[in-house]
Amino acid sequence: MDLFFIIIISVISLGAVFAIIRFIKGPTASDRVMALDTLSVMLIAVLVILGFLMKRYIYIDVSLVYAVLGFIGVITIARYLEGGI
Amino acid sequence: MNYIGYFLISIGTIFLFLGGLGILRMPDFYTRLQAGTKASTLGAMSSILGIGFLQPEWFIKTFIIVVFIAIANPLSSHALARGSHKAKQMPFLKDEKIGDAYEAVEEKLHKNQKKEDKK
Amino acid sequence: MTNIEIILTIVSLVLLIIAGFFAVLKKDLIHAVVATSVISLVLSLMFYLLQAPDVALTEAAIGIALSTIIFIITVRNTKRFEDK
Repeated sequence: MDLFFIIIISVISLGAVFAIIRFIKGPTASDRVMALDTLSVMLIAVLVILGFLMKRYIYIDVSLVYAVLGFIGVITIARYLEGGI
Repeated sequence: MNYIGYFLISIGTIFLFLGGLGILRMPDFYTRLQAGTKASTLGAMSSILGIGFLQPEWFIKTFIIVVFIAIANPLSSHALARGSHKAKQMPFLKDEKIGDAYEAVEEKLHKNQKKEDKK
Repeated sequence: MTNIEIILTIVSLVLLIIAGFFAVLKKDLIHAVVATSVISLVLSLMFYLLQAPDVALTEAAIGIALSTIIFIITVRNTKRFEDK
């Protein structure tokens, strides 16, 4: 069971590394914002899994705050790129 | 119950990995946006629901997180696509005749709106 | 520390250094704002791994929503590209 979660976390980290490479390469600002969005969603999943591994119920709250507030920054940057803020 | 949880977490992990891969490999911005947001939304929802199945006392809170992800993530991706289209981010087109379909639809809507205003 | 925490610490520290260099070196200030947001995201994960969930919660709420909005409004009111 422990090996299962090690594999899970490693595979999600590999996906996060790909998103980081896109964040470094990305030619325009939109690509970087999209990489930020994907990283934030991956972080929500990783935080819930870590809270399960540490057996603390209160640790889920951080993930809940990310799910509620995480999209505000992306929407603000998108409105700025549109020119309508 | 446990096996459902492990199965959902595996599915979610595969989709999160594919989302990261698609974000790296796709040729232009809009396809990258599609790969990144849709696949990662499904992956995160599935793996969080799997944790809820593994630990049944936590099911309500994980379900609330899943609902918020399902509301918020498509919202932000839609705002990002619309904003980059307004900022003249062009798609990668092999055939120049296709043109910008969204622009044409928006002009049509605008004309219809003006006609209704005149009436 | 378990193996999982070691993997996550290595990945997040590398990302932290890269995003810090980005935020300093880029001439387009929108890229710098996005890099600052990534820094706050990863710092939240580091606080979480060091078993301080309250600090991580505050960092999440302030870093990803409030400071991004303030930086964007500042960039809009001044100018987007930095001088050479």
